[in-house]
Amino acid sequence: MANFKARIKVPKKAKKGEVFQVKTLVTHKMETGLRKNKKTGKKIPRFIINKFACNYNGKEVFSSNWHPAISANPYMSFYVRAEKSGSLDFSWTDDKGQVGTKSAKIMVTG
Amino acid sequence: MVQRIEMKPVNRRDILRICGSGALALLSTSMLPGLVYADAKAVASEIKKLIGDKKMTEGRITIEAPQIAENGNTVPIGFTVDSPMTDADHVQSVHIFADENPSPEVASFHFSPASGKAQANTRMRMIKTQNVVAVAQTNTGSVFMAKAPVKVTIGGCGG
Amino acid sequence: MACKFIVFSIGLALALGIVHETGHAGEWGKYQVEDRRSGYTYRTKETRAMQDDDFQNPGMALVDEGEALWSMVDGKAGKSCASCHQDASVTMRGVGAVYPKFDIGLGKLKNIEQQINTCRTGQMQATPWKWEKGQLLAMTVYVRHQSRGMPMNVKVDGSAAPFFEKGKAFYNERRGQLDMSCGSCHEAYPGTRIRADMLSQGQGHSFPTYRLKWQKVGSLHRRFRGCNKQVRSKPYKYGSDEYVNLELYAGWRARGLPIETPALRN
Repeated sequence: MANFKARIKVPKKAKKGEVFQVKTLVTHKMETGLRKNKKTGKKIPRFIINKFACNYNGKEVFSSNWHPAISANPYMSFYVRAEKSGSLDFSWTDDKGQVGTKSAKIMVTG
Repeated sequence: MVQRIEMKPVNRRDILRICGSGALALLSTSMLPGLVYADAKAVASEIKKLIGDKKMTEGRITIEAPQIAENGNTVPIGFTVDSPMTDADHVQSVHIFADENPSPEVASFHFSPASGKAQANTRMRMIKTQNVVAVAQTNTGSVFMAKAPVKVTIGGCGG
Repeated sequence: MACKFIVFSIGLALALGIVHETGHAGEWGKYQVEDRRSGYTYRTKETRAMQDDDFQNPGMALVDEGEALWSMVDGKAGKSCASCHQDASVTMRGVGAVYPKFDIGLGKLKNIEQQINTCRTGQMQATPWKWEKGQLLAMTVYVRHQSRGMPMNVKVDGSAAPFFEKGKAFYNERRGQLDMSCGSCHEAYPGTRIRADMLSQGQGHSFPTYRLKWQKVGSLHRRFRGCNKQVRSKPYKYGSDEYVNLELYAGWRARGLPIETPALRN
């Protein structure tokens, strides 16, 4: 498992049916594969996070495929509808197949 | 005692000279000789791969993007698709393209009724002034699209 | 006739790009003190929004990293930063506002990076961290971040005075093939564009900062080096006396402005 440094923002509590915002930020260079090493003149190989996913109590509610046009240190925000208390599990997958994960608990009331 | 330093006025031309070197450095590091740029056609062909011969309708998507980007490295970009997001009628995916980047694809976003809203925000790279194109597909087979121009200026003065 | 002249003047000003494009005096709340405006006020609303939200601000990753390093034991003495300084949110609060400061032992100024490495080699008996590398940057960001919102308040009199004067002289000294000083841009033309970029007042309170251009966080000395190279002069070394003195002057230029580390700049 890759050691991606990530920040996530998920509310601790939400009412059933409420649509809440989730914010995620992960540290990654997102090397495009288009740049050259200034000294050697060789192409720097592409190395990006190409997939982000969010599972809510085990079921995927949102995901995204990223191309090299996504900025370094990717930011991703989206929405989720509160159903049941449980966990939101986030994963980032890079070009080498390494996966970084982070989770957050949410309590759903009412 | 502090020595007083004679200041002769600097004019804008002097200052612009700095940026000449900045711009050259930017060009040499960010572009490769023979790099092929995408164009509206490349975007159209990417869209065709996704949706086949389905009809696209303009509208229902609001793109959130700056008119002028502070820096092409990091352009905040978002969208909202007008949809009830129910099991019967929801947005399944939204694809973002840039029509003059080295490669037209930027990202695809996959939603479900549990998303509640077909809205997302991220940040993208833009090599020059161009259009951001968003294409949304719903579970009922409708396809919507929207376009927003973003100006990217050569900045990068200062090292 | 007068009217025509005014229209012409405005047109000329626009053509030259010398109109202040980001608001007017007094509009910037805490980001303006007297005539001093933070670099924050020269950035676009999108960049400012990125700084304002800790979950959009990519520099916050270094705060997290610094926090983890704070209690990490390293070196022969078996100590971490926390062994001596306990809770950084208490002990480091205010530190970012007063550095660089005069160090009696050294007989000259010392900045935060140098203080961190002094602790490492002295108290911790660990190897010093390298300039501009992840750990030193992260710890500097973390320490400075503890003073976020506090007004910049470096001491420039007493023992610090001669070093302050040296820093000020450096700021106003022309250098490089382009024969330009820091002040040639940052005193004469803040708020105007050089090509697409907007000049700030050249202050030191937001560093280390996340620059969109760098796509990462960098130190004030990295910025100094960049500016020096742009006027085609030979940059000084990271942590050189010249740059630490200049850092004090740049800090004084920001006096009263709130510390923003990690800030967002172009």
